[in-house]
Amino acid sequence: MADFKVHQRDGEGVSVIDLKGYLDAHTAPDLENAFQKLLNDRKFNIVVNCRELTYISSAGLGVFMAFIEDVRKNKGDIKLSNMSPKVYNVFDLLGFPILYEIFKDEQEAVVRFRAQLKP
Amino acid sequence: MAAKAQKLTKTIESRTDNLLEVREFVLRAARVFGFSEEEASKIVLAVDEACTNVIKHAYQFAPDREIEIVIQPVKDRMQITVIDDGKSFNPSIAKLPDLKQHLSHYRRGGLGIYLMRTLMDKVEYKYAPGKKNEVRLTKYLTASEPSAQG
Repeated sequence: MADFKVHQRDGEGVSVIDLKGYLDAHTAPDLENAFQKLLNDRKFNIVVNCRELTYISSAGLGVFMAFIEDVRKNKGDIKLSNMSPKVYNVFDLLGFPILYEIFKDEQEAVVRFRAQLKP
Repeated sequence: MAAKAQKLTKTIESRTDNLLEVREFVLRAARVFGFSEEEASKIVLAVDEACTNVIKHAYQFAPDREIEIVIQPVKDRMQITVIDDGKSFNPSIAKLPDLKQHLSHYRRGGLGIYLMRTLMDKVEYKYAPGKKNEVRLTKYLTASEPSAQG
């Protein structure tokens, strides 16, 4: 049984990662692999949709920390969306809203990217 | 009338795929004790962080060592003790990081310890090098949450 799933969708200039299930020390490597693949493919505009993310621990949060610097060096960003209040609380406790843009809806994050991409 | 909360013990092998089982064990106990879903979630996360630290630091990912989790309800509070016999690590002597500075340097370590201290009312460490390490996490029931004790 898969308790955590990462699914990637590619739109125009923006890649969306859907997370499903729980993100802990056991499943964090799956997300690391997904981010690594995006970086290898030189896709740096990333929205992580957390609609079906039911749980996150610091091991999961650490993955976002591990990649954000490289992504931003390449003029991209990791934006987050659709968090449940429970998951948002953990991000908030660790001060992540200072570092990451968090949107209620995926589309808002995509629109933000598109606005930033305009010449 | 709520059932009397009892002392509960669980022993797992030091693998991250056992964290889910630990979380379910702690969640059940916290609910029985009378914690709200929000408070129970905090306790679950703190215990996950304690076990993850043991797997990473005390056992350095050796998969076949033991971690014992003891849940002890005491009147108005729940104490959860996570016990291992791996490498001693005493985070209580480490300075709590300045979170803003920590994040601005994209550091990913130390977040678990910060979370444990933030989520629980008390975090205590006891260790006997080469023998046994213990981290005890304590959470008090708030006035609005009826205790299941007695």
